Amino acid sequence: MIDITITLNGKKISDSIEPDSILLDFLRDHKCYSVKRGCETTNCGLCTVLMDGTPILSCSMLTARADGHTIQTLEGLQEEASSFVGFIADQGADQCGFCNPGFVMNTIALLKENPDPTDDEIRAFLSGNLCRCSGYEGQLRGIRNYLNSRVKE
Amino acid sequence: MEHKKYNAINKSVRKKDAMQLLLGKPVYTDDVVPDDALVVKLLRSPHANAIVSEINTKAAKLVPGVVGVYTWEDVPNNRFTNAGQTYPEASPYDRLIIDRHVRFVGDVVAIVAAENEKAADKALKLIKVKYEVLEAVLDFHTAKDNSLLVHPEDNWVAPCEVGGSNLRNLVASEESSHGDVDAIMADCDIVLDRTYHTKAYNQAMMETFRTYTSFDRYGRLHVISSTQIVFHVRRILSHALGIPKSRIRVEKPRIGGGFGAKQTAVSEVYPAFVTMQTGRPAMIIFSREESQLAGSPRHEMEVRVRLGASKEGKIRVLDLYTLSNSGAYGEHGPTTVGLSGHKSIPMYTGSLEAFRFNYDVVYTNTMAAGAYRGYGATQGIFALETTVNELAETIGMDPTEIRYKNMLKEGMIMPAYYNELASACALDRCLDHCKEMFDWDAKYPVRDMGNGKVRTAGLGMAMQGSCISNLDVGSATVKLTEDGTFMLLIGAADMGTGCDTILAQMVAECMDCSVDDVAVFGADTDASPYDSGSYASSTTYITGKAVEKACMELKTKMCTIAAGLLNCDVEEVYFENGMLKRINTDESVSVKDIGVKAQLNNPQIAEASASHSSPVSPPPYMVGMVEIELDKLTGEVTILDFMSVVDCGIPINPALARIQAEGGIVQGIGHTLMENVTYSPEGKPYESSFMQYKLPTRLDMGKLRVEFEHSFEPTGPFGAKSIGEIVINTPAPAIAHAIYRATGVWHREIPITPERIAMSKPEQN
Repeated sequence: MIDITITLNGKKISDSIEPDSILLDFLRDHKCYSVKRGCETTNCGLCTVLMDGTPILSCSMLTARADGHTIQTLEGLQEEASSFVGFIADQGADQCGFCNPGFVMNTIALLKENPDPTDDEIRAFLSGNLCRCSGYEGQLRGIRNYLNSRVKE
Repeated sequence: MEHKKYNAINKSVRKKDAMQLLLGKPVYTDDVVPDDALVVKLLRSPHANAIVSEINTKAAKLVPGVVGVYTWEDVPNNRFTNAGQTYPEASPYDRLIIDRHVRFVGDVVAIVAAENEKAADKALKLIKVKYEVLEAVLDFHTAKDNSLLVHPEDNWVAPCEVGGSNLRNLVASEESSHGDVDAIMADCDIVLDRTYHTKAYNQAMMETFRTYTSFDRYGRLHVISSTQIVFHVRRILSHALGIPKSRIRVEKPRIGGGFGAKQTAVSEVYPAFVTMQTGRPAMIIFSREESQLAGSPRHEMEVRVRLGASKEGKIRVLDLYTLSNSGAYGEHGPTTVGLSGHKSIPMYTGSLEAFRFNYDVVYTNTMAAGAYRGYGATQGIFALETTVNELAETIGMDPTEIRYKNMLKEGMIMPAYYNELASACALDRCLDHCKEMFDWDAKYPVRDMGNGKVRTAGLGMAMQGSCISNLDVGSATVKLTEDGTFMLLIGAADMGTGCDTILAQMVAECMDCSVDDVAVFGADTDASPYDSGSYASSTTYITGKAVEKACMELKTKMCTIAAGLLNCDVEEVYFENGMLKRINTDESVSVKDIGVKAQLNNPQIAEASASHSSPVSPPPYMVGMVEIELDKLTGEVTILDFMSVVDCGIPINPALARIQAEGGIVQGIGHTLMENVTYSPEGKPYESSFMQYKLPTRLDMGKLRVEFEHSFEPTGPFGAKSIGEIVINTPAPAIAHAIYRATGVWHREIPITPERIAMSKPEQN
């Protein structure tokens, strides 16, 4: 067992973990159910979380590597997400929703890095977030509408 | 098209669960179940066809934490089908929970139940199996009447006659025709005889198959599963486990996508069996690899089209033969195949003098196929539409012109579609609209971009159904609460499509209230009224009509209660603008008054249930046009613009209808250009993960544009038809057409990958 301390959604937590514990499973064990597994091969983006503010795929991260770091999941970023996800809801682009947390997390990361992205920049940044339902256009329209509404304010 | 002004219909309201989903709330199977469940894992066969001659589970059972290891010796010997379909079940009873005879790479050999995943994984490795490996039937062309039998067992049962026989490797077969096909074909100026091949595509919904089971407080089997078909799952488990249906409860929480995959009970029987054996809660979650290798994908099909036409481009006769590969088990085999002809041929009703449609559905030692959005129509439409495009190119006629000349129009009777009337059909207007918006005349010519790349365009038309006529049953219960708001209980499953919201819009329209005042619950076999489930594009059309009927009945009951409050005859009371009014007076009571009265010294219940079935299945229609840029050196195809126009009747929720179309088109683009299924010599699909099975990303689909042409379907709720499936059907023929324009080669197998384009040469003549 390995003792670790992680700042998870603003709260310091200490735990003893198996050496092969995967961050995704660790986070779900700590009630962060927004973190989903869609594949086992780092292809789908559903498990995206922020480590020290940078998006990572928690399915391919050993929990031990997060020791001493800050991890944020959608549970800890409800306010940031609430500012724009309504625009995606207005498009009906949430659909089954299973990919939503990962792509919402990555969108938060995008907007932090590039507050005024072009459509092509949005597509490129989110290209690792698969969605099988929406065909992606509605998600883009939602984000674009949010960005446009922000300009008006 | 003009239609009635509605309060809640034809409005893009948000999905009722949207914010829960977008904010990552715990609403899916794995989020909502207690975490004390046994972990259930499956040992799967490495062989495509083998008999388990010996199986030793002793060491596996000794692993600390292992609670049970079950083999073929432990399960009942009654065969059942995993297909989620109504009575009379068309799919053969050809499964056991675990069979000694394993029939594809991935078939189940043993079930392990353990306290944790590590113990389960260790136990899987310690099970010792000796296989008697048999020769396998891997090529579906050689399956029919092969001396090697996929199902040689003597307790194989076909519950309904569909022309199948396990002694011929035949799941189903049928011949049908109308008119003198051979004589007309002989009289045609042009006959095209072409054969097409489509693969066993995976639905690849983001949430893999998963099921939780436990005994409830009455000792009944309680199943929480990611399924489109709660009532069919109840029946399937009852058959598989040999327990009465009243001892089983099946519910679904939110579902992470289905697309038909979850119209088959892929994962349910295994934890259910474990709970029955151990009395303990059990949970199975398929890995992505298991979903890819032992899921319920599309039927691989080969469709031969013989098209006879006059030199002026009049399509006079069509002769289709479909060979469908059902894989190792027959789920949905007898039914998917029918759509390859019955939902392609009718599009040319306008000129057709005769047609023939024959098919065979065969068993092979590959993964069992199932239901996938489009359900056979997708395969048939790729074949027929590509042949029609080739006819146009052959005689030098614009492909839109050839459609105008031959297409189905409103008011026609469709002999190839069970003689149904095209009661609402805007296919011609879809083509007009699409042609203009897309700027077909400018984009269709082949344009050399001067850098080794060419641009051009292609097109395809499509139809689908809106239910399974005379079979599907949709139901709804509507209840009034004492504050004047409503509850809607349904057995249809919202798998992300938004049917909960759409059906609530219908209640709001009927009851003159806001959509927010309608709460929706479903689906749960204990609480929901019976519904066949969410498939066959039927929820809006069938369950929607049941909602309308239930609201009508509820209004009648509310009038009875109101008559008591107003001291008058019930005939004097009518419902208007959310009030119950007494005719020719100013007297009225509110819906809220009725709700309160219903709970106070009252014999008249303020709720109503209704069921609906339809004798017809009105097709939605669609036209899709694509502009591509093709790199002649590398064979790379870039989608520049995909424009489509859909006639789904009156769209109940235009935003959700649009997303359905966009999502379906992108899946279709994936099947046409990048998603592939190829097999090792042993019959194992190579594409076992998202590394190899390439789903389209945001960078692969170009610009999507979706428009609607309204028609009004008289048998549908508020004029609606379906939308969910048709939208996947146009990309394959449209893109294959554009690739022909760019390269001079007709690709009759999809996916059309860059290397196949780069390595192909234009055909002679």
